[in-house]
Amino acid sequence: MGIWSCLGHNLDEVRDALYNGKSGIIFDPVRKEMGFRSALTAKVDMPDLKKELSRAQRVYMPEQAKYAYCATVEALRNAGIDQDYLNTHEVGLLYGNDSSADPTVRAVDTMREKHDTTLCGSGAIFQSMNSTVTMNLGCIFKLRGINMTVSAACASGAHAIGLGALLIQTGLQDMVVCGGAQEVNPFSIGSFDGISAFSIREDAPEKASRPFDRDRDGLVPGGGAATVIIEEYEHAVKRGAPILAEVLGYGFSANGDHISSPNVDGPSKSLRMAIERAGIDIREIGYINAHATSTHVGDTNEAKAIYNVFGDQRTEVTSTKSQTGHEMWMAGASEIIYSMLMMKNDFIAANLNFENPDEDSAKLLIPATRVSKHFDTFLSNSFGFGGTNSSLVIRKFKE
Amino acid sequence: MTREEIIAKSKEFLASEFEVDENLITPESPLKETLGLDSLDLVDVVVLIEQNFGVTLTGPDFVGVVSFDDFYTMLEKKING
Repeated sequence: MGIWSCLGHNLDEVRDALYNGKSGIIFDPVRKEMGFRSALTAKVDMPDLKKELSRAQRVYMPEQAKYAYCATVEALRNAGIDQDYLNTHEVGLLYGNDSSADPTVRAVDTMREKHDTTLCGSGAIFQSMNSTVTMNLGCIFKLRGINMTVSAACASGAHAIGLGALLIQTGLQDMVVCGGAQEVNPFSIGSFDGISAFSIREDAPEKASRPFDRDRDGLVPGGGAATVIIEEYEHAVKRGAPILAEVLGYGFSANGDHISSPNVDGPSKSLRMAIERAGIDIREIGYINAHATSTHVGDTNEAKAIYNVFGDQRTEVTSTKSQTGHEMWMAGASEIIYSMLMMKNDFIAANLNFENPDEDSAKLLIPATRVSKHFDTFLSNSFGFGGTNSSLVIRKFKE
Repeated sequence: MTREEIIAKSKEFLASEFEVDENLITPESPLKETLGLDSLDLVDVVVLIEQNFGVTLTGPDFVGVVSFDDFYTMLEKKING
């Protein structure tokens, strides 16, 4: 696993931030000047890759590809995979990404101002394509297996992991680098702000993302990148890989309903499918990482869906978005890593700002403070615009 | 703009953008090999020239340009008409 997020630049920093309930949310005055309704955002540092990558490699990378590069370097290192291995084995790449606004806007600005497309520069086309992350990482790491970007709105990263697991299960790939990346620049989410989806608690940035809380008023956009390496079990054993966990079940569904408002049936179906495919009883699931973004209808309907499936089981449910904001295309992958870090270290991070439940969240066990708990299996939900749903069940690896 | 001014300025931004030692850029040294340019990088040379000198180069401008000396001669004509 590897990560670059508002909570830290590596797994250790992120683990500590989760444990300590650190919020990554800030007020960005630049957004206010640009006319944003809400200038809240996660603060994600831009990596300086000048010493690691040549100019010829960097020129085609937008910000989210740089985050993804950093996350992938850490993930490969932790998985015991070096460049020699990548040069001599077929390794796939499936990464969630669903926009690349900044280079697109800059290229359009240049065309409008200069009336000469050449002046957009050589990097613009490669930076602005939706598959920019997979094309860049594939070339940098010399990957020669499947190479594809998964675009499924805010479920992109989760679907990338689920699809990677399916490729492993069907024997088509032995190893797939999976993940999700999200740009953080204002251009990428200006129009999202425009539909009043964001919290406007600008006087208290750290209080703004409050999933499941009665007084939530919208999400806070975030970003970065997260990478996990998925590998066929025997293949991993044979090369002596440090195996962390198993993708037990991948569930998916689509609502076939409203473009932005989620329903209850679609997510319920995704949850059930993941658990059924995992072949486990719901009592074995020790933690649920909710998609809950801090919007009214989204959190309400997810709470209903979880209650539909888990009933009065009272498994702890939290949304790490209370710390990170909504990492969108990245979220499905990063939240697997957040949950993995908690599972490895026997705690469940606080659902920050959960002060008062509403009618539906009151039926769930949502800890507002950190819980010490040993668990071996968790479920992570990711839902996206258009009604695309993904649920993953992950179990800690035991010898 | 004098040839010397064109040379001084272009050496500076080309070395910076393409991350090469400015001392390697001599009149005799080959443009593409010294800067490590492929066909895509030439697009960025065009962008840099436009940003720094306000003139737009096209493909035919590069015909016959091998050394930096050739490049400066072409630029001098383009900039000063």
